[in-house]
Amino acid sequence: MKILVVDDEPDVRLLFEQRFRREIRSGEFAFSFAYSGEEALTFLREHPSEVVLILSDINMPGMSGLELLRHVKQDPLPPPPPLVMMLTAYGDTETHAQAMQLGANDFLTKPVDFAALKEKLHAIPSL
Amino acid sequence: MNDSHLQEQLDIASWKSHYNLSLLSAAILGLVMAILVRSLLDKPRHLPRARFWLLWLWVPAVVGFGITGWLGYVDASLRKWYILFVYGAVVAVLWQVRTYRPAVMVLWGMVVPSLYRITELGMYLAGYQFVKPFSTYFKQWGQLNFMWFFGFLILGFYQKKAALKEQAQRAEEEAQLQEAAARKAELEHLVAVRTATLTQQSDELQIALNELRATQQQLIQREKMASLGELTAGIAHEIQNPLNFVNNFADVSQELVSELEAEQASPTPDTGLEDELLSDLRHNLHKINQHGQRAASIVRGMLAHSRQSTGERQPTDVNALADEYLRLAYHGLRAKDKSFNATLNTDFAALLPLVPAVPGDLGRVLLNLFTNAFYAVQKRQQRGEPGYAPTVSVRTRRAEEEVEICIRDNGTGIPAAVRSKIFQPFFTTKPSGEGTGLGLSLAHDIVAKGHGGTLTVDSEEGEFTEFVVRLPFR
Repeated sequence: MKILVVDDEPDVRLLFEQRFRREIRSGEFAFSFAYSGEEALTFLREHPSEVVLILSDINMPGMSGLELLRHVKQDPLPPPPPLVMMLTAYGDTETHAQAMQLGANDFLTKPVDFAALKEKLHAIPSL
Repeated sequence: MNDSHLQEQLDIASWKSHYNLSLLSAAILGLVMAILVRSLLDKPRHLPRARFWLLWLWVPAVVGFGITGWLGYVDASLRKWYILFVYGAVVAVLWQVRTYRPAVMVLWGMVVPSLYRITELGMYLAGYQFVKPFSTYFKQWGQLNFMWFFGFLILGFYQKKAALKEQAQRAEEEAQLQEAAARKAELEHLVAVRTATLTQQSDELQIALNELRATQQQLIQREKMASLGELTAGIAHEIQNPLNFVNNFADVSQELVSELEAEQASPTPDTGLEDELLSDLRHNLHKINQHGQRAASIVRGMLAHSRQSTGERQPTDVNALADEYLRLAYHGLRAKDKSFNATLNTDFAALLPLVPAVPGDLGRVLLNLFTNAFYAVQKRQQRGEPGYAPTVSVRTRRAEEEVEICIRDNGTGIPAAVRSKIFQPFFTTKPSGEGTGLGLSLAHDIVAKGHGGTLTVDSEEGEFTEFVVRLPFR
């Protein structure tokens, strides 16, 4: 299952690679990383129909996670449409409602509880 | 007719021979003299008693006339004696007021007639008579006496008039002098009162000034704390990120250690995997340290920001400072307005010389400029222009002997009318309660007075605003 992680912090890559080392090794998950919303959109266009899930930070310079979400849900991307899970340090209800309204599939607050994230990821039926 | 005329003449001769008529006529002279002298000495200060007695000068003549008439005693010398007495009395009175110039004048007028009368009486008493032509001269002298006396009398009255005039003038001058003195005293009193008032006011103003200075210091400190307050959310976010990393890397390292232990306990350890795990662990520890440092530096920066400036300059990396405060300002605004988003452009010159600066103070300047920039783009965004992309840029470069920090936003801009006032203390365009109006004023002071640099602004309303900080690095 291909997962695209979008966060402006480069160390997120290291963290995910170590947290999911077993799943990566076993080939259960494959991670790609983008460091901004714009980069993520480019990646999606260059790798059509690959990404099953997008894990995106909201608070990023330039295009925010919510804008990326809107693009993903509204732009004509090649099917199937990826699932989008928002990750943010601002876990307030307003942001949550906004994300849900834009069609986010899930909403997690930082710091990320990796055990819970793992369970959620495992619950997604791989295509 | 002839008889009667003769009779008449006889009657008169008989009168003359029986009474001292000449003495009675001299009484008129006494009265006239008295009136003249009194009118000359008409001021009360001129011998009031003598003036009173002068009125009775005619009495001896009348009384003498009566007594001698009753006695039938006739003596032509009585008149001479009486006239001399009148002269003497008048001279005596005038002599007493000899400081009075009209009196002196009349005294002179009295000299010649008196001499005449004395000579006349002396001759009479001695029984001498002038021979011709001296008798004629003497007679002419007697006639001239009248003119002589009245001449001097007129002069006397003229002098009196002049003296009165002069006196009046002097009195007037004196009155003026007195008035002037009174006015002077009044003015001096006024000046004293005013001086006292002014001194009091000056003291009060000094006290007020001291209080204002104290208040200003408090305001400056409050401004620092207020800007810090605005940042708290941004700072919390900035600290939370590295702390998350610290926690996550620590967690994952625990897992790695467990895995490593399991591998070592295994009868067939995979040395390749062991090496990989150890390498990851080392890497993670480095990351934990790195993010811990990052959090610590943010806390340090926050403390430096709120601390009273020590004013000690130290070589400062302007790029790092600008980057740090750009993020702080951005996250500060983001924390307040979740929907806000802006593009941040940074263009930091490589190999920028270190600038001798007070990092806390310079940071406050940058923070203020960034906060303003974000405020401006946020305001323009709220107007809802289609296709508007809020952008805040920071660029550093070396310009001759200075380092230039240029902070530009494409926000609402500053109207030309306002541009000259933005560095004035307490000037703010923000709604009351949102800005103290001290931010840019303090920033200007810190750059100009604290670092010998310049802070300038360029703007076009509705287009952009660009603040440029120039700091000498030598």
